Amino acid sequence: MSLTGIIREALTGTPESSPLETQFIDPTSPEWLQTLRQQAWCEFQSTPAPKRKDEAWRFANLKMLELEHYEPASKMDRDTEQRVLAQSTGLAAVAGRMIFANGILLSKQNISDELAAKGVRFLSFDEAIGTVPELIRQHFMTQTVALGSARLAALHKARVNSGTVIHVPKNVEVTLPLEIFHWLDGANSTVFPHTLIILEDNARATVLEHYQSTESRADGLACAVNDLILGPGAKLTYVSIQNWSETARSFQINSTELARDAHATNMVVNLGSSYARYESASRMRGPGGRSDMLAVNVASAHQEYDQRTLQDHAQPNCTSDLLYKNALSDFSRTIFAGLIKVEEHSHKTDAYQKVRNLILSDDAEANSMPGLEILADDVRCSHGATSGQLEEDEIFYLLSRGIPETAARKLLVAGFLNEAIARLENAPIEEYINDFLARASAGNE
Amino acid sequence: MSTSAIDIDREIGNFTYDVKPYRDSGFGLSADTVHYISNVKDDPDWVREFRLKALQTFFDKPMPTSWATKDLEAIDFTKIRYYLSAQEKTTRSWDDVPDDIKKTFERLGIPEQERKFLAGVEAQFDSEAVYSNVQKAVSDQGVIFTGSTEGLKEHPEIFRKWFGKVIPTGDNKFSALNSAVFSGGSFIYVPPGVKVKHPLQAYFRINSENFGQFERTLIIVDEGAELTYMEGCTAPKFTTATLHSAVVELVAMKGAKIQYITVQNWSPNVFNLVTKRGIAHEEAEVKWIDCNIGSRLTMKYPGVVMKGRKARGEVISIALANDGQHQDTGAKMIHAADETTSNVISKSISVGKGRSTYRGMVHIPKHLKGCKNNTECDALLINTTSRTDTYPAITVRGTGNVTQHEASVSQVSAEQIFYMQQRGLTEGQAMSLSVNGFVNDLVRQFPMEYSVELKRLIDMEMEGSVG
Repeated sequence: MSLTGIIREALTGTPESSPLETQFIDPTSPEWLQTLRQQAWCEFQSTPAPKRKDEAWRFANLKMLELEHYEPASKMDRDTEQRVLAQSTGLAAVAGRMIFANGILLSKQNISDELAAKGVRFLSFDEAIGTVPELIRQHFMTQTVALGSARLAALHKARVNSGTVIHVPKNVEVTLPLEIFHWLDGANSTVFPHTLIILEDNARATVLEHYQSTESRADGLACAVNDLILGPGAKLTYVSIQNWSETARSFQINSTELARDAHATNMVVNLGSSYARYESASRMRGPGGRSDMLAVNVASAHQEYDQRTLQDHAQPNCTSDLLYKNALSDFSRTIFAGLIKVEEHSHKTDAYQKVRNLILSDDAEANSMPGLEILADDVRCSHGATSGQLEEDEIFYLLSRGIPETAARKLLVAGFLNEAIARLENAPIEEYINDFLARASAGNE
Repeated sequence: MSTSAIDIDREIGNFTYDVKPYRDSGFGLSADTVHYISNVKDDPDWVREFRLKALQTFFDKPMPTSWATKDLEAIDFTKIRYYLSAQEKTTRSWDDVPDDIKKTFERLGIPEQERKFLAGVEAQFDSEAVYSNVQKAVSDQGVIFTGSTEGLKEHPEIFRKWFGKVIPTGDNKFSALNSAVFSGGSFIYVPPGVKVKHPLQAYFRINSENFGQFERTLIIVDEGAELTYMEGCTAPKFTTATLHSAVVELVAMKGAKIQYITVQNWSPNVFNLVTKRGIAHEEAEVKWIDCNIGSRLTMKYPGVVMKGRKARGEVISIALANDGQHQDTGAKMIHAADETTSNVISKSISVGKGRSTYRGMVHIPKHLKGCKNNTECDALLINTTSRTDTYPAITVRGTGNVTQHEASVSQVSAEQIFYMQQRGLTEGQAMSLSVNGFVNDLVRQFPMEYSVELKRLIDMEMEGSVG
């Protein structure tokens, strides 16, 4: 039975006689994983689809949740494989690199023997199931999906077939970034990339993930989950660049758990997809943690970027700082719904949330819903949401210095976005993102 | 925490005289209830039909618990009386008001205020206005100030044109309920160019247990005219829930100005679920000053639809939530013309286990130019058990418009309190002074009489909240 049939069945509720698990669950995989996937599939089927009145989907275009026409990805041909490998150019210096296409690992540049000797693991999802099953059992999709996409998370759990598991032991630092590519190829194809990063006490790592399509106009479905788990004092920078094809739909569910004194910097860059839903939750599980949540969204044509965030302060003395930047052109739409939640007794919380919309066209629409729920009194919490356009004075200033108007506007937009990018404090990645956006903007002309 | 000071404050409205109702619709809500009200009020046919249609809308609409508090489910619509009136007609003279009711309003200081600074007063007791008077000088200018029942009968040409147009029946479940069983409230018309110098006031009093008050107010201020309207409200403390669900519609014609001031001090068993909205035509201004101190649950988001060029909308909101209270307030700003500006300033204070919520909506649709919105929400948390939430929603389309929203949450600074204690103030006095300082810039915008009253109310709420 095809995915089409199965999704239709899930939607209409008419049971089919063929057992789903034989279609979807690799019988060679361990029994516990098969059980997990079966449960997840049942959960997907039994969870009702979001309705217009659901706050978690307010302003969203629910038509984007109709997924009947998508099919499982098929294997790519040799030529496309070669092309994908050639185009998977990211950072110049990395500690390790994996390239996946349609859920299959095409290439892996392993980490150095030195890092491996220290116990660092940089594994594909399949490798991890074979070598560190206990790690997967302990951490695989254990975080609550709080921001509306529980149904899609269940689908991901049932269908996940590719991804990366990164494990850095106590006091080990991976200096150079680890880089991962996920490619989507073929019409109506689907991928379910999974990322699980576990940093033990005082470990450090930087991870850059790319989501790309082989053809810019092929429809596709990507449903990614990123689980970032930081032990006490750990420090992680995680950046994902979403550039699926311009007609694809992207769902990305991102969760970060921070133990005592951990520091996570989490950035998403959105450029591709016709509809991209991004959910990001940061949970402070120990005092003294810090979470920086950043987004750079460049929306054009009829793109819709739908972003929901949670800064959950479950422990005192934590800091969270969110900055989301949207540049909107043409007929694009953005939705930002953020919540700072300070739970009871989480005193000395310092939480900040800011969304800034730069509207560059008369038909673009920005929706902002910055929220606060505060149940403790000794806190500092604030949020801000602004919408505006380029300042005429600033354009004039650049024009008067001989810079042509198109270039001037581009410079100002780049400057607007750079405020968030610069917060990464990682020069090679910042440079990569800026170049990447500049190329995209040049290509749009 | 001592709550003695808070109890003293609640006593302001916490008394009741046993007034035997002249008319009583009985408990529960059905088409019969609506017919009863229509018969008693001798409604024209169109009003009866309007009510019946609204009743169906009310039944059809779900409770808004998808986003609102589950506490709404505590309302049992079958255990409420929807219409109670104490006398047959509204009187123009205090002397004609029945003694018990007169005592009620005298105790609340209404006639005294009327003499002192008001241009007109309406006093509503349960479902109907018992007294309504406007100064001769004001009525001579052509200002109409009367109850909604009289308004729809005596001035149908103005009334019907705007009634239910600013807030359609189906706007929400409670506006539908009000449309079905409305009774009382004010109808005001200010002719072109007339600037009413002194405020008009309405006072709403719930006297009976298990009762729902559904007043309906419609205010039309014609071209270039100006009006300030104030409303106050109290109810005695009953053990069962009481429902207050008003609909207030304001229409500001070209260049008109309306200022609508509410000081809500319902007793803490009242569900206060109110829909308030104004339309501002070209260069008109609608300003809501909304102050919520009482009630168990208030859900109220005054709105302005800026329909004409350069129209202006403003909401100034102060909310204080104490133990057992949830003040869910905010503002709705709908920009529908170029160069319209709106401003929302909300300050809330949560004391004890109180919860205050700001819920806002700003909407700037396509192809408008030069629209501006500014929203500021500040929340002050007094105790560790206090709670505050902020849920704004801002939609902006196109270039040429600017919105900014800012919110902050803070507590009274320990240094400030320490400083004041150094100078001999008690902790309670220091806290009170600090809270008054927090809302001071807003309170100053109130008419003097109200700002003094408000300061006193805040003092009383704050006493005993520390230590």
